[in-house]
Amino acid sequence: MEWEIVIGLEIHAQLATASKIFSGAATRYGAAPNTQASLVDLGYPGVLPVLNAEAVRMAVKFGLATRCEIARRSVFARKNYFYPDLPKGYQISQYELPIVHSGRVVIELPDGTTKTVGITRAHLEEDAGKSLHEDFAGMSGIDLNRAGTGLLEIVSQPDLRSAAEAGIYMRKIHSLVRYLEICDGNMQEGSFRADANVSVRRKGEKKLGIRTELKNLNSFRFVEKAIEVEAARQIELAEGGGAIVQETRLYDPDRDETRAMRSKEEANDYRYFPDPDLLPVEIDDAAIESIRATLPELPDEKRERFAKQYGLSAYDAGVLTAQRAPADYYEAVAGATRASPKVAANWVIGELTAALNRDGLEIGASRVSPTALAALLDRIADGSISGKIAKEVFEALWSGEGTVAEIIDKRGLTQISDAASIDALVEQVIAANPTQAEQFRAGKQQVLGFLVGQVMKASKGKANPQQVNEALRRKLGP
Amino acid sequence: MHSRTLTELAADLAARRVSATELAKHFLARIERFAGGLNAFVTVTAEQALAQAAAADKRRAQGRATPLTGIPIVHKDIFCTAGVKTSCGSRMLDDFVAPYDATVVERLASAGTVMLGKTNMDEFAMGSSSETSCYGPVRNPWNRALVPGGSSGGSAAAVSARLATAGTGTDTGGSIRQPAALSGVTGLKPTYGRVSRYGMIAFASSLDHGGVLTQTAADAALLLETIAGFDERDSTSLDEPVPSYSKAVEEPWEKIKIGVPESFFDEGLDADVAAAVRAALAELEKLGAKLKSVKLDYIHLSVPAYYVVAPAEASSNLARYDGVRFGHRASDATRGDLLSFYMRTRGEGFGEEVKRRILTGTYVLSAGYFDAYYLQAQKIRKLIADDFARAFREVDLVAGPTAPSPAFAIGAKTDDPIQMYLNDIYTIGADLAGIPAISLPCGFVRGLPVGLQLMAPALAEAPLLKASHHFQRVTDWHRRVPSEYA
Amino acid sequence: MLTPEDIRRLCRLARVEITAGEIADVSAKLSSIVALVDQLQAVDTKGVTPMAHPLDRAQRLREDRVTETDRHELYQRNAPLVERDLYLVPKVIE
Repeated sequence: MEWEIVIGLEIHAQLATASKIFSGAATRYGAAPNTQASLVDLGYPGVLPVLNAEAVRMAVKFGLATRCEIARRSVFARKNYFYPDLPKGYQISQYELPIVHSGRVVIELPDGTTKTVGITRAHLEEDAGKSLHEDFAGMSGIDLNRAGTGLLEIVSQPDLRSAAEAGIYMRKIHSLVRYLEICDGNMQEGSFRADANVSVRRKGEKKLGIRTELKNLNSFRFVEKAIEVEAARQIELAEGGGAIVQETRLYDPDRDETRAMRSKEEANDYRYFPDPDLLPVEIDDAAIESIRATLPELPDEKRERFAKQYGLSAYDAGVLTAQRAPADYYEAVAGATRASPKVAANWVIGELTAALNRDGLEIGASRVSPTALAALLDRIADGSISGKIAKEVFEALWSGEGTVAEIIDKRGLTQISDAASIDALVEQVIAANPTQAEQFRAGKQQVLGFLVGQVMKASKGKANPQQVNEALRRKLGP
Repeated sequence: MHSRTLTELAADLAARRVSATELAKHFLARIERFAGGLNAFVTVTAEQALAQAAAADKRRAQGRATPLTGIPIVHKDIFCTAGVKTSCGSRMLDDFVAPYDATVVERLASAGTVMLGKTNMDEFAMGSSSETSCYGPVRNPWNRALVPGGSSGGSAAAVSARLATAGTGTDTGGSIRQPAALSGVTGLKPTYGRVSRYGMIAFASSLDHGGVLTQTAADAALLLETIAGFDERDSTSLDEPVPSYSKAVEEPWEKIKIGVPESFFDEGLDADVAAAVRAALAELEKLGAKLKSVKLDYIHLSVPAYYVVAPAEASSNLARYDGVRFGHRASDATRGDLLSFYMRTRGEGFGEEVKRRILTGTYVLSAGYFDAYYLQAQKIRKLIADDFARAFREVDLVAGPTAPSPAFAIGAKTDDPIQMYLNDIYTIGADLAGIPAISLPCGFVRGLPVGLQLMAPALAEAPLLKASHHFQRVTDWHRRVPSEYA
Repeated sequence: MLTPEDIRRLCRLARVEITAGEIADVSAKLSSIVALVDQLQAVDTKGVTPMAHPLDRAQRLREDRVTETDRHELYQRNAPLVERDLYLVPKVIE
């Protein structure tokens, strides 16, 4: 029996506004408990919400970047339920009239094909606070710093067909919101969370199966694993003749299984109605155009441009443009160096990334600037150092030993490329290795490598390998 | 002193005939003497009042006084007052001290008014008799066995008994105008959004209006021009210029057309009240107003529409009272689970009427009922607003009785919510449509005050107050005080 | 009209406890209110725009600036139970 897994993702991206969506409190992560909760965030009697302009701009930016319809008029609605981290006893969200809807993103699948994933809607809402469960003698402690932080809830169509696809889609959205600078995407801090709606159906069946909701998956890995494990559970249940219950489940990473959430024994009746404390949000064409003008080059456009403009492979272009910062870094290097864009790409994707990963740094904190890297690549391009030596210089740069020129000079790394010195070295090595010299003269080509190696060793790696090669052949040749 | 209107006292203060401190002491003494019998106050702020009065006198000496500087007023206990208990007449907020001032309070304080205290009210403003307060019912100064009306009954009684020169109130279904009518004072509900709701503890957000109870329309004008105006902290606050209402009332009378909805004068209206209101309308005719019959086709649906929208919004607005961050918490609630924590806290903190309205609101918003009730009520609301708009194309004001009967006995209607709700039958329409309306004392029926209601188009407070002022120049109902409090 | 079971469900949804003794009375009173508002059903409102608000205006937007400072000490004076600046409630079980 062939089963099809159907997945839709609801992503909550915390908006990177300075203040909250309905109040002037700060949104900075990590503040002492309840020091960033204003009266509005606390749901105090008598206070009222006022909408943050930047939150609106950010939502529209997202809508434009995903080819959504931008609602000329959208309405905030109250979602009513009781929970200690929800101070007003309702969440201000959007229901029937979201700010943007009916868009799409294109994801790249591992087999090289692409797939369009529909975005049903994205709407603005406020985040809740946090419950802390440790050591309060059987009670929970509520911190409302996060309450009122703006969220963009991004709802996909149930177009995803595997855990892997869901992971790719989630990463795509993650990259996009960071590109647009509307969300910092910091999943450890909870800035980017996903819920997955998972159902299964027999292949060919048109009707959707009963779906379960997997909540608060805050890493790409957990999303994929949770979906896999849940889909397997549903399939096993269905094949055994059991019924899938529509419920909310949590993923337990330690046990690698999902279980039903205890507090949701009954479906909540949220009693949505338009929030009478807020008026409809109206956005006209002029506003949309002025926001459109602030859009950065989007990842897909940038990737295509990189491939074309810099002659990079689709893969390299993809790696460099997955995030904005590396792409900007790369362009700075490519623009400043005489070396080919391909060489620049190899170095950014290779040495630089390895160094960043080793030291746990983001590219913004790179110890080698684009200008320094460009200078290094220039010295390879003009032949004054070899590629191999360049790696040594790079490490020295990374450790802060000085500029490219200073390091090469101080360490005497300049490539030996004058014919006289090369000849001298080659003659030295030939004299020291008569057997191998004789073997080469006899026709054993492979032994040249050994002799080149000896010259490199004698020159402490500084001899220009092509010239060495050529000089050896000349001196040993027929 | 206490029988002087606000306008007169402002002149007295300006002319140094009386000081703010003398006024404060005088009124505080009256409050001490009379307030208990009326139960009009939740909190008397004697110390603060004297301090504010001293500051007012100093300010006047420095030449920085406004017309309101030194005027003794009271605030309905629904307005947040920083550092002072703000209870909404509810056990839920019995120990709540507001950490900030409502905009209305702030603006009046900046003008130099002196706050004598916080007045009693129906719990969370839900009521038409001021009987549902956890602090006990307020009594009508005209007959203490009777209700003063509600929910702003405490402010109405205080002004009626001359324990304060004026009081603030809120009007959601008639809660300023109806108690004004039953207590024999003037009560003004402005246009929706004219007065900021920031700090005015919410009952039904799209229906709540902040306003004033005074002796006269001219007094109301002076207060309105101070409290009205855009407030960036309230998204539903109107960004419209505030005219000088106090100058507008003094302008000469213009011949106006007054529409009278004949459907108001039906069997539901006490015959003597009808006669008093008609006599008042005749006075306006004598001044030169032209009376005209108007039809408000859907006005008979205002009570049912209101009792869908208001409870719905209230059920949501009152969800924040959960014993977590402020307010009442059931005593051993923390020993149970979360569900019983909420249930018991809210079960104990709220009175019967509030619980009923929360349950009604929860019901009409619940799955499957939204279209039939809430959405339908919003459509009816539009029809009612359109009725008024149509009427105002032919007339300048719409007039009628404020309440269907004079004050009734405490306890008489508490068993029948529908009977209680029908007290607002003439006032609710203006709340649904958001248009300004005022109740003016216009006579007595069986010894009890009767109110004439005038309504105007949105933002037409100036002509509304002017017509009211001219009515009060040719009548003296508004000067009557129950003999005990004279 | 509204049965005691309906009332119990509403009480749970609204987190408002009423005693067993009160249920009958609340049920009767609520039923009369529902009968009152049922009058609305008879009205033909086809084509009528619902009026969410007396104001036919658009939402004002405020500039994205931090304007609030930390005043938790003042705000927590009204709190029934606070420990280490956190509001304490019965344990939240997921």
